[in-house]
Amino acid sequence: MSLQQFMNEAISPWMKQEGPDSDIVLSSRIRLARNFSQHPFPIIASEETLNKVLEFFQEEFQKKSFRDYKDFELVQMKDLQPIEKRVLVEKHLISPHLAEKADKSASLISQNEQVSIMINEEDHIRIQLYFPSFQLDQALEQASQLDDWLEEKVDYAFDEKRGYLTACPTNVGTGMRASVMMHLPALSMTNQINRMTPAINQLGLVVRGIYGEGSEALGNIYQISNQITLGKSEEDIVEDLHSVVKQLIEQERKAREALMTRSSIQLEDRIFRSYGVLTNSRIIESKEAAKCLSDLRLGIDLGFIDHIPRTILNELMVLTQPGFLQQYANSTLSPDERDVRRASLIRERLQLENEE
Amino acid sequence: MECQKCHQRPATVHLTQVINGQKSEVHVCEKCAKENGYMNYGEENFTLNDLLSGLFHSEGPSPLKGQSAHSYNQKPKLKCPNCGLSYEEFARIGKFGCADCYKTFDERLNPILRRVHSGNTRHDGKIPKREGGNLHLKKEMEEYKTNLRQLIEQEEFEEAAKVRDKIRSLESQLHHREDGDE
Repeated sequence: MSLQQFMNEAISPWMKQEGPDSDIVLSSRIRLARNFSQHPFPIIASEETLNKVLEFFQEEFQKKSFRDYKDFELVQMKDLQPIEKRVLVEKHLISPHLAEKADKSASLISQNEQVSIMINEEDHIRIQLYFPSFQLDQALEQASQLDDWLEEKVDYAFDEKRGYLTACPTNVGTGMRASVMMHLPALSMTNQINRMTPAINQLGLVVRGIYGEGSEALGNIYQISNQITLGKSEEDIVEDLHSVVKQLIEQERKAREALMTRSSIQLEDRIFRSYGVLTNSRIIESKEAAKCLSDLRLGIDLGFIDHIPRTILNELMVLTQPGFLQQYANSTLSPDERDVRRASLIRERLQLENEE
Repeated sequence: MECQKCHQRPATVHLTQVINGQKSEVHVCEKCAKENGYMNYGEENFTLNDLLSGLFHSEGPSPLKGQSAHSYNQKPKLKCPNCGLSYEEFARIGKFGCADCYKTFDERLNPILRRVHSGNTRHDGKIPKREGGNLHLKKEMEEYKTNLRQLIEQEEFEEAAKVRDKIRSLESQLHHREDGDE
């Protein structure tokens, strides 16, 4: 069964590929919000309407394929256990909002997990398409083609003046949210990222930590995305985002170089201490795990550590989230129990690399 | 790490307080966090929606009931004929009920959209293939017209004539289609 596959592997098949600037950019994503013109939006729609939308997708798209995105599987929220939903959220295959909705909502996920189309979320349709590393243009192109493919069957809510009509006024127009996930340890260590954020905000882009609460970025992983969806074309929005990300990459590289020349031994010490913690600890909180994993990944990027693949950060950041830990343990765990599980899981995973 | 207050349960809530420039860290369990007012349960967190709905209200009718009853320019209650959502409800939840709401509340939307989208109120992006209808042709024509003006300014009349012919052919296509629709 396909759901089992989505559950078992911590990192989606597409994440394993490397690409442009993959030392800093983990992934690129395009999300398109779309609605049926004839149905009320999910927020006020009747059960009957929501059912109609769901059944429509079941009939028209279940098991269908589009180009590289094969065998779409309709995963319905009502069939999932709470832990299973949490796992899908941690893999970013569904949003927390979708997971909270008890029934009548679903996600149509492609075999390679590169595409997930959420149904009856805030909007009837939310297309999400991921690419590894820094490949925003490709992601936009593919997402747009996927959008055309859906439009062959769906009557979209569209208005000449306002564009694609969405439930929330913050999404109207293109309905597009483009985002890039970046690992910025050197900019975080030197506190430069906090100084750059206001300038980035002025360009209509948002910077936020992807894991963790509020402004804190767990594992030094940041998401940069567009805020404005109206009045600019998809290409222009992506171009703006592209140029800012390009600059962040340059700044991060410079900051890494500066750290290497000025405090190489301190950096090496920090990296190997973190490696030591990961390979030896018996209890580890998610915050500490994230910090050490970020250090480890930096160590790999800078060549201090060469026997571990780069994707270890992506993989273990997902794997050590509460949902995945409990999925593996096959039971609910208290925070204390999770910290023990997390430590042993990380040790085992790194041991595996040493043996190879 | 154990909770600083009860010293019994593990600390799962970590806070950094800055008071008068003095930074202090607090590590407590959920129970103690609630009891000491570090967490607001029952109250929803202040979300983007709250912010938005605040914006909408400022555009709506005056909240002073006594006055608005006598007001000359009080607008009639707006309600979407398709889904039944009223403007007040829209302002409260910060979400539209259906595609028709955009038409129903059209007059009041520009100020809201301007604030949310840096001054923009009009879509300038993708047009869907089917739902877009003639928009593709219209957009193409706009582009040719801009091009034509440029060519005339640059006195490249030969090129301009070609572009003019293209516009004419598009115009006839458009008329043809619109006739067909009726």
